[in-house]
Amino acid sequence: MDIQSCVEVRNEWDIVSARQLGRNMAKELGFGNVDQARITTAISELARNIYLYAGRGKICIEPIDQLGKKGLRIIALDNGPGIREIRKVMEDGYTTSGGLGAGLPGVKRLMDEFSIESTVDVGTEISATKWLR
Amino acid sequence: MRIPILKLHEYLLITIQVEMDDQTALQFQEDLLNKIHDTGAKGVVIDLTSVDMIDSFIAKVLGDVVRMSKLMGAQVVLTGIQPAVAITLIDLGISMREVSTALDLEQGLDKLRLELEG
Repeated sequence: MDIQSCVEVRNEWDIVSARQLGRNMAKELGFGNVDQARITTAISELARNIYLYAGRGKICIEPIDQLGKKGLRIIALDNGPGIREIRKVMEDGYTTSGGLGAGLPGVKRLMDEFSIESTVDVGTEISATKWLR
Repeated sequence: MRIPILKLHEYLLITIQVEMDDQTALQFQEDLLNKIHDTGAKGVVIDLTSVDMIDSFIAKVLGDVVRMSKLMGAQVVLTGIQPAVAITLIDLGISMREVSTALDLEQGLDKLRLELEG
């Protein structure tokens, strides 16, 4: 299980599949139940963003091992419209969907590392990592 | 998938034991409001003991159904929120401030009784 697993996100049910994959992987890696809930919730939020804003994309989850430091990385990829103002979407309370989705600041708080790359009209790639304590 | 809603005297009891997708959550919202209308229930307990994750969408659906029920004249108490769920909700920035909660089903029913009689 050192390979990446991905779930295509095209509809609401794929959001459930993505978070189930995340929970199983987090459990196997030995995360406690609070971190399992954090990881599962972060995946759910990222998958919902793909569904809401890009229409389709994918969530990939991979175990990581950096010099003995173990963790799990979530990668959310889409070829959607991209994010025009990244600084703004990283502010608490900013929304373009009318309050669906707690947004990216929430995901950042749930995880240990967070990075986002987005190009308008090309797509968005978000990567979020949780380390095993 | 439908979430069963049980009637107990003037109360409705719901225990959520399924992994909720969006449709199930929205269907539940509608079913609960219809059941309040049909039974004239004054109080509702939604037990979340078996729920291991609440994301912002499910939190919004739950918060909305509490406010909708209040509009119809029924009080709702959420019970049994797991420690991991409470932690992730606050991390996400969702406080559900105006929602009434209790530790478990028993305390939820006590709370409703107090609120409705007091």
